[in-house]
Amino acid sequence: MTGSCPVYAGVDVGASRTKVAIMNADGELLGFHIKKSGTDFKATADDCLESSLQMAQAARIDIVKTVSTGYGRRNVSFSDDSKTEIGCHAKGCFLYFPMAITIIDIGGQDNKVIKLDHNGRRIGFKMNRKCSAGTGAFLEEMSPRLEIPLEEMDGLARQSTDMVKLGSFCTVFSATEVLENIRNGKKVTDIVKGLFYSVIKRVIEMDAFTENVVMTGGVVAHNPFLVSMTEEYIGQKILVPEHPQLTGAIGAALYAMG
Amino acid sequence: MSDEKKPVIRRLTTSKDMGKFMADYYYELDDAAKTGKQKIAWCTSVGPAEILRGMGFLTYFPETHSAMLGTSRMATDLIPKANAIGYSPDICSYLTADIGAFLEGVTPLAKVFKGIESPPKPDVLVFNTNQCRDVQDWFNWYGEKFNVPVVGVHSYVGVGDVTSAHVTSIAKQMENMVEPLEKVAGRKLDMDEFKQAVALSRECSDLWEKCLAAAAAKPSPLTFFDGTTLMGPAVVGRGTQKAIDAYNLLLEELEERADQGLGALEEERFRIYWDGMPVWGRLGMHSKLFASLKTNVIASTYCSSWIFSALDPDDPFNSMARAYTELFIVRGDDYKEQYIKERMDFFNVDGIIYHDAKTCPNNSNCRYGMPQRLAEETGIPSLTINGDLNDLRLLSDEQTKTNVEAFIEQLEEG
Repeated sequence: MTGSCPVYAGVDVGASRTKVAIMNADGELLGFHIKKSGTDFKATADDCLESSLQMAQAARIDIVKTVSTGYGRRNVSFSDDSKTEIGCHAKGCFLYFPMAITIIDIGGQDNKVIKLDHNGRRIGFKMNRKCSAGTGAFLEEMSPRLEIPLEEMDGLARQSTDMVKLGSFCTVFSATEVLENIRNGKKVTDIVKGLFYSVIKRVIEMDAFTENVVMTGGVVAHNPFLVSMTEEYIGQKILVPEHPQLTGAIGAALYAMG
Repeated sequence: MSDEKKPVIRRLTTSKDMGKFMADYYYELDDAAKTGKQKIAWCTSVGPAEILRGMGFLTYFPETHSAMLGTSRMATDLIPKANAIGYSPDICSYLTADIGAFLEGVTPLAKVFKGIESPPKPDVLVFNTNQCRDVQDWFNWYGEKFNVPVVGVHSYVGVGDVTSAHVTSIAKQMENMVEPLEKVAGRKLDMDEFKQAVALSRECSDLWEKCLAAAAAKPSPLTFFDGTTLMGPAVVGRGTQKAIDAYNLLLEELEERADQGLGALEEERFRIYWDGMPVWGRLGMHSKLFASLKTNVIASTYCSSWIFSALDPDDPFNSMARAYTELFIVRGDDYKEQYIKERMDFFNVDGIIYHDAKTCPNNSNCRYGMPQRLAEETGIPSLTINGDLNDLRLLSDEQTKTNVEAFIEQLEEG
């Protein structure tokens, strides 16, 4: 099927998931798709594009320009240009929250804290260091150790009544702490909330925050309880876009619009 | 997929002369070690080399060897050998790489210079802790291995103004080194030779300072990555005429480039100041990364560490004490901030990158809020990258790349 309007494509090939956003010239999201990045980034990006175009009722011929981002941004065969995920998340978030904001993006393999002024201009940014603590990878590592599926973590954390506090920076040391808590008879719900708390702490300590905080990323999309916990931790309301996992792809599509 | 144009980096023709300088230097040391015709002192890179020259020692600088272990990417495999005998992976990876190389009996010198099989055996080891305490431990280890004396200067840390008390104390320590060194040298310190070495060191320092200052031209004729190898003569050859000759040639070429408006990069959109050590095993990669972004890292605190403007042949001990204490690395944060601010202004940079080197806290100036304070004062944006001078296990190339690209995007978007 071919639509009549020109569209812009943003492709975010992340370490964990590939996201594609199709937008029109008015900045409306017409179609999107999310898929595990796997090992063949090119094929995954292609699949995501096809599904997104289908949702947008558009065809490849309608695409004016494509911009790719994320770790695999250079592996997208149909991309016209590439931008960093820092820039794309910034652009994507500012579309929904056009004000001075601090963006916390919790991704599969890295975290970002990005600061924008009221014009959307990037003031600064930070990424997590080499360590995976505080990223989606930390939760992915813990999930099999606790023998619970990733997608059940959010629900379990919400049931906690006596959160376990984990002290270590290190994912491996944290795993040891988890085992110790299991041995001591702590409830899985309390341990999972402790894991969430650990993720938040690692991110919060990356930078100081401004008045308006936005949270994005796959980890936030699948674990919205993290947002509530962060709000409680920093004592302020947090803004979350409608599709927190798509912010990078949306930003890339906005770059494509120029 | 977007095309990436291969960046054009203009090589300096005098870099070949620098290469020859280093080759001659190592062959002279190797010959002395094999024939025993001249005594060899191992010296820290900002140690009191001039005193050693005044006694006829040839000087070898293990830090340069460690940097070569880094550039040759041998270091990462050797560091664990030193870790295994008790030297933590968290301490200086120059030390651990160098000791690891000794334990394994390997050296990059053998790969680069035909006929050289090992670093030259020392007759004495001489350190100054002005850069860090690790050099003392490093040299003491070799002192035991080779059963040779180790003498050193214990410097101050976090120095604000360099006072006469600092100078007197350090000068006294340097004077006290003379007697034990004379025993090893088998001769007296010749004051004329010593003063001559101080005079030559000063001249070398002044020339090197001018070479680095040439990067203030727009476009800059020099990159930081060039500087890290061009500084070789200032490190190992200060106090000799050969180093002066080498820098006269370099300065001539840099000034010629500046006059012609010829930059080290074909296109220089942004100018960056680098604080901290280079990642030796990634010099080429980083050089190409910045060049591909049409960005020149033009100046650094690191390459300026071999500028010793206080040296005065008429007052050799006191002036050496002052020169080796005035160094950036010895100073307190107030001085360092002011220094970096002035340098950023002088070189007219668009941004500053701090390298937080995991195993080199003394060369990582981003750990106590300096980037934030300087950004507030100057409005110049900064980026901190995590890495290390030698241990490649401590860095992520992909993260570095993303950080640098995002930083340049930020500059582009104003």
